[in-house]
Amino acid sequence: MDSQSKSGSGNGFSILSVAIRISIVFMIICGILYPLASTGAAQLLFPHQANGSLLKDSSSEVTGSELIGQSFTDPGFFQGRVSSIDHNAAGSGSNNFAPSNPALIERTKASIEEWKANNPEVPVDQVPIALITNSGSGLDPHITPKSASVQIPRISKVTGLSQAELETLVKEHIEGRDLGLFGEERVNVLKLNLALSAKLGK
Amino acid sequence: MDILQMLVVIAVLVLLVKPLGTYVYHVFSNEQNRLDKVYGGTEQFIYRLIGLKRREGMSWKVYALSFIATNIVLVAFSYLILRLQNALPFNPNAIGSMEPTLTFNTVISFMTNTNLQHYSGESSLSYFSQMAVIIMMMFTSAATGFSAAIAFVRGITSKGKTIGNFFEDFVKAHTRIFLPISFIFTLVLVALQVPQTLDPTLTVKTLEGAMQQIAIGPVASLESIKHLGTNGGGFFGANSAHPFENPSPLTNVIEILCMWALPAALPYTFGLYAKNKKQGWVIFSAMMCLFLVFLSVAYTSEKVGSPAMNTLGIDASQGSMEGKEVRFGIAQSALFTTVTAAATTGTVNNMHDTLTPLGGLVPLAEMMLNVVFGGKGVGLINMLMYAILAVFICGLMVGRTPEFLGRKIEPREMKLIAIAILAHPFIILVPTAIAFMTDLGQGAISNPGFHGISQVLYEYTSAAANNGSGFEGLGDNTPFWNISTGLVMLFGRYISIIAMLAVAGSLVRKQPVPETIGTFRTDNALYTGLLIGTVLLIGALTFLPVIVLGPVAEYLTLR
Repeated sequence: MDSQSKSGSGNGFSILSVAIRISIVFMIICGILYPLASTGAAQLLFPHQANGSLLKDSSSEVTGSELIGQSFTDPGFFQGRVSSIDHNAAGSGSNNFAPSNPALIERTKASIEEWKANNPEVPVDQVPIALITNSGSGLDPHITPKSASVQIPRISKVTGLSQAELETLVKEHIEGRDLGLFGEERVNVLKLNLALSAKLGK
Repeated sequence: MDILQMLVVIAVLVLLVKPLGTYVYHVFSNEQNRLDKVYGGTEQFIYRLIGLKRREGMSWKVYALSFIATNIVLVAFSYLILRLQNALPFNPNAIGSMEPTLTFNTVISFMTNTNLQHYSGESSLSYFSQMAVIIMMMFTSAATGFSAAIAFVRGITSKGKTIGNFFEDFVKAHTRIFLPISFIFTLVLVALQVPQTLDPTLTVKTLEGAMQQIAIGPVASLESIKHLGTNGGGFFGANSAHPFENPSPLTNVIEILCMWALPAALPYTFGLYAKNKKQGWVIFSAMMCLFLVFLSVAYTSEKVGSPAMNTLGIDASQGSMEGKEVRFGIAQSALFTTVTAAATTGTVNNMHDTLTPLGGLVPLAEMMLNVVFGGKGVGLINMLMYAILAVFICGLMVGRTPEFLGRKIEPREMKLIAIAILAHPFIILVPTAIAFMTDLGQGAISNPGFHGISQVLYEYTSAAANNGSGFEGLGDNTPFWNISTGLVMLFGRYISIIAMLAVAGSLVRKQPVPETIGTFRTDNALYTGLLIGTVLLIGALTFLPVIVLGPVAEYLTLR
């Protein structure tokens, strides 16, 4: 390093001039060229993923994204987690209830009452906490395997499919931990319900 | 399995430190190396475009002036783009102009590498703004912080009058680090299902026959630099909890390593500059020890869960799942939270507002200390600031002139360090108090009781530490919050960087003192302990009272 800091880029005017030009250059490189080149390469190499991993139903109509949860109100379907935004993926998020917020306890108690009414066969102490809590995104596409299996008696009663058949269906849809190590075992609710609906010939 | 998967991620990180730290050293050492062949041509072209003829070293004042001038120009351009986004291209969802105080907050937030977001990307930004403002600033703010850190390290490890050329550092940080790595990780993330498109929001007919809207966009290109640059601002409101930003545990691990690797490698780079690798590992170990304590608290607390939920009669054995995603569970959520607050990224894969009281205390405390790895560059600067403070305190105790890396630490340096250390609690605690005294501040609190105190405290701590995560229940998109947190972010970023560049400018001119048998060694386990002790002592003295009022009180009263 030399010591001539007073010359060249050392005076105020030339600093400002370089600052303006460097800003423009990097706005173009980082703000325009980089995202557009990324989009081009992504669309070319991985079009399915780049466009939202969309799922089609049996009549090959787009019925959603495998990554975005949907609301299921029909008791004959497996239901996903609580979503304060009702799985409207134009937005995302939850109502951010702190553990000490009474509204959280009230909401959970209401979910428990609803469970008792709709699933008289399965006692509340079997219900996993993940099923009746709000996901962070409000769009969680997954439930835990146990959250799926506790819903089997209800679905069997409504649809007429045997519990054994449903258990096989759930088992087929369990996704393992990534690389056998990371994250949790999970079931994609939309995929499971698509398979269920195909089985029922809906 | 939970413990194992966290340990594997930490092990991979430790393995990355040496190669990455060496790479960063070669980028900025200005010695001839093989990389010049690969990147030299592009860089020469950029130097010509920006009119940088000679790349001589700068004094600390010129260096500081250059980076402030560049930041001001970028802020001005970005402000205009956000205000005029309704008339600019790439706006398929017809999003309108952004409100002035929110624009002020947003441009400051992204320029300072904070990425506090008082808006939701889905509804407030056009694709052009996401790219030309948000993504652009994610690069430039990270490069600015990185350059400042390298300049500081040069100052305290070399002898001369200059600390490097800001514009050259800034260009190289882009061409040799952020742009190539981001591009690769963009494609990796797309392959793992993160979208990257310019198509507008989709509308689909769901299985039950309802209509569902799905916001989408150029997500992956933002996602990679968001983590690599420790920025943290999400494309969507839910940030990395959103399945499009973070579709699987594997992407979660990749995002963790992206935001963590460079801050963790910088201490090693520092060791290379100091020509004493042990010195680098001492800094790294101090950071890692603090990190492991924080991770243990976060994981245990979330796994045990909230007593209020656990007594409702459900099967709560999984832990506290409110605000978390099933694919991540407790381990990947706790790890992500501890890393995002350590690296001051501010990206979240679960909602921090919903964390258990002690789980929520972890990110809060990490941001208060602001030295556990820390954001792009700034974390190393802060830790070295404490390192100098630690030798100063030890020097006082044994009655010797304190030295660090062979340089005498004298009143001028200590005054500057005192300013930097005291500014951090000042810009957190004073605005927090003001917010509680006014209706404008109090009106934003969404969770009752002690947690409300934590919400306000978290917001200003996150702004001051340039982290950007939030207890997001807080209704913070009002002029009061936009302007107050905007100012806190400004002070949080520039006071400490300028003060520390001044320290570097002063140390670089000093005559090195020869090492003797009586020299206090700063590269051994004893010193690591002293450094951790200093950090915890200063942190506890300044923040303990307010922590007791918020998270601790909530913990003790939660039934």
